[in-house]
Amino acid sequence: MVLLEYSALPLLAVLLLVAIPVLSGTFRLGLFAKYLSLAFCAVGLVLAWGYGGILSLGQGIFFGLGSYMTAMYMKLEASAADPAAAVFGSGGAPLPDFMTYNSIDTLPWWWRPFQHVWFAIPAIVVIPAGLAFLLAYANFRKRVGGVYFSIVTLSLAAIMSIVIVGQQGYTGGANGITDLPTFMGQSVQSNTAVYFLYYVTACLLILAVLAGRFVLGSRLGKILIAIRDREDRIRFSGYDPALFKGFIFAMAALYSSIGGAMFTMQVGFASPSVCGIVTSIEMVIYAAVGGRLSLIGAVYGTVLVGVAKSYLSEHFVGFWLYLMGALFIFVPMFLPKGLAGVIEWLGERSRVK
Amino acid sequence: MTLATFLTQVFNGLSLFTVLALMAIGLAIVFGQMGVINMAHGELMALGAYMTYLTSIGFSRYLPSLMGLYFFVGIAVAFVVTAGAGFILERGMIRFLYARPLDTLLATWGLSLVLQQFFRQVFGPIDVSVPTVDWLQGAWIPSPDIVIPLSRLFIILLTFCVALSVYTFLFRSGWGLRIRAVMQNRAMAGAAGINTERVDAVTFAVGCGLAGIAGSALTMLASTGPATGQQYIVDTFIVVVFGGVESLLGTFLSAFLIGQMQSISELLLSGSMAKALILILVIVALYLRPSGLFTNRVRR
Repeated sequence: MVLLEYSALPLLAVLLLVAIPVLSGTFRLGLFAKYLSLAFCAVGLVLAWGYGGILSLGQGIFFGLGSYMTAMYMKLEASAADPAAAVFGSGGAPLPDFMTYNSIDTLPWWWRPFQHVWFAIPAIVVIPAGLAFLLAYANFRKRVGGVYFSIVTLSLAAIMSIVIVGQQGYTGGANGITDLPTFMGQSVQSNTAVYFLYYVTACLLILAVLAGRFVLGSRLGKILIAIRDREDRIRFSGYDPALFKGFIFAMAALYSSIGGAMFTMQVGFASPSVCGIVTSIEMVIYAAVGGRLSLIGAVYGTVLVGVAKSYLSEHFVGFWLYLMGALFIFVPMFLPKGLAGVIEWLGERSRVK
Repeated sequence: MTLATFLTQVFNGLSLFTVLALMAIGLAIVFGQMGVINMAHGELMALGAYMTYLTSIGFSRYLPSLMGLYFFVGIAVAFVVTAGAGFILERGMIRFLYARPLDTLLATWGLSLVLQQFFRQVFGPIDVSVPTVDWLQGAWIPSPDIVIPLSRLFIILLTFCVALSVYTFLFRSGWGLRIRAVMQNRAMAGAAGINTERVDAVTFAVGCGLAGIAGSALTMLASTGPATGQQYIVDTFIVVVFGGVESLLGTFLSAFLIGQMQSISELLLSGSMAKALILILVIVALYLRPSGLFTNRVRR
């Protein structure tokens, strides 16, 4: 068990980079890639919630931003390659098909920069993190904390899905943005692409866990934990807690956004269903099942819940929701540290013997 | 825009206000007074609505002659059943989580998923609706352009009655005194001989029962489905937070404001965009006044 604690990260790496690709076919690998994209959100939540004490019920916002920005770039790329779109787009930029259906005849200004990959990729990194920092810093500055911040993020997630569904002409509405065959000229649907994207996702995820560890191990991480436990003492010591909380919230948002971008590349669409309240709260349970204090646990938690979800919802449709509900009730009540807590407990027991 | 459309919209806002206010008063007690984040509050409202539906079926089957009165019985049944459910919920789950509000949030969200699926299996995935009783079927027509259904007027009256009873209960009854004492200072209340655990259970049950009454009222305005609760839960939380969590009057006024803003902005925007706009406005207002619009300044 002691061995398990030190070898957790190499074990995860072997599992993600060797075992899963070897043992699963292209279809299952695609599913795993989807879970790993969602795992970015769970890892981010461990940072923000487990260590920063900020329970965000709106990680779907940032996941959605990453996902939609990727989809916008890919859609414009697809439209540029489509001779029909060039005819409909009256001069200049090609129009995505859903805009034509909604009788919008020029590309909106905020879509234009996404024609270029050199804008899209930095935007995916910078915009969600920047927005998250502003939101968190402003609110924590005013000491809107704890539960209230959770409710604010929850309403923002609601707003995001309402606006996307409502503004069909600009966002693709409830259908989302679909038909995204290529990224930077490369097909994302071929067998090679499935493996390639899986490996990119897995490596980025491991990198995210490493970066999270680095931050938590640094002095910044210590202050963060101190803020979570006794915020006023840190304030009296001359630190600005809002700055630190803003930072960790932005980091979580960045992770979610990267996850969203990888998600869209692999599933080939962006949809309002991934930004809404239900998905956002589900992400919290991924982190809770794995253990809210364990970055690696969050990955396992997401994959476990994801596998259980796709297996059970295929075979026992009604039963799945009961199980999901029971998971939400059981884990916070009896396993506040999640699976990682169970492993830690087993480890301590073996050490006592 | 004519005056008539404007007035109709104001009246629609009043209807929205009634549902929001009934939901929010219950939530204000549970969340504001006890600090419990009950994400299943919406599902308890749906439970109340389904109970009203069952009562209407029971009356039409066994007591068709008294059909005109079923709604009053329905409200009582809805209140008793949801309050009972709330009592069980508090004893079985919430009381173990008082120290960890964010975990309560997750656990009650799980409960809401379970209840939704339960409704779907018991009552079916399709929305159900109740018959409107005879004496509420007409409409009040003050001018040819404005038609106000009597059932909606009745709901507004009901909302004020409920608000008044809640006020009386909290500020003029022995139980209310004990509840306020426990919420203000748990240790001192306990030392003065109040059974604080029992007060917790009763407070929570009353809050949930009010959600049941909100459900009854909702059956008059809209049909009920398994996902009905989820449509209202975010709005209700926003109403409570916007009004200032510790103030019942604030909750009432904020439900009024949000209901009116929503329905008046629907004149200019589509319904969903109006909702998004209102939510954004409330978030901004919360940023400017973090403790809500109406708060008692208390030294802590």
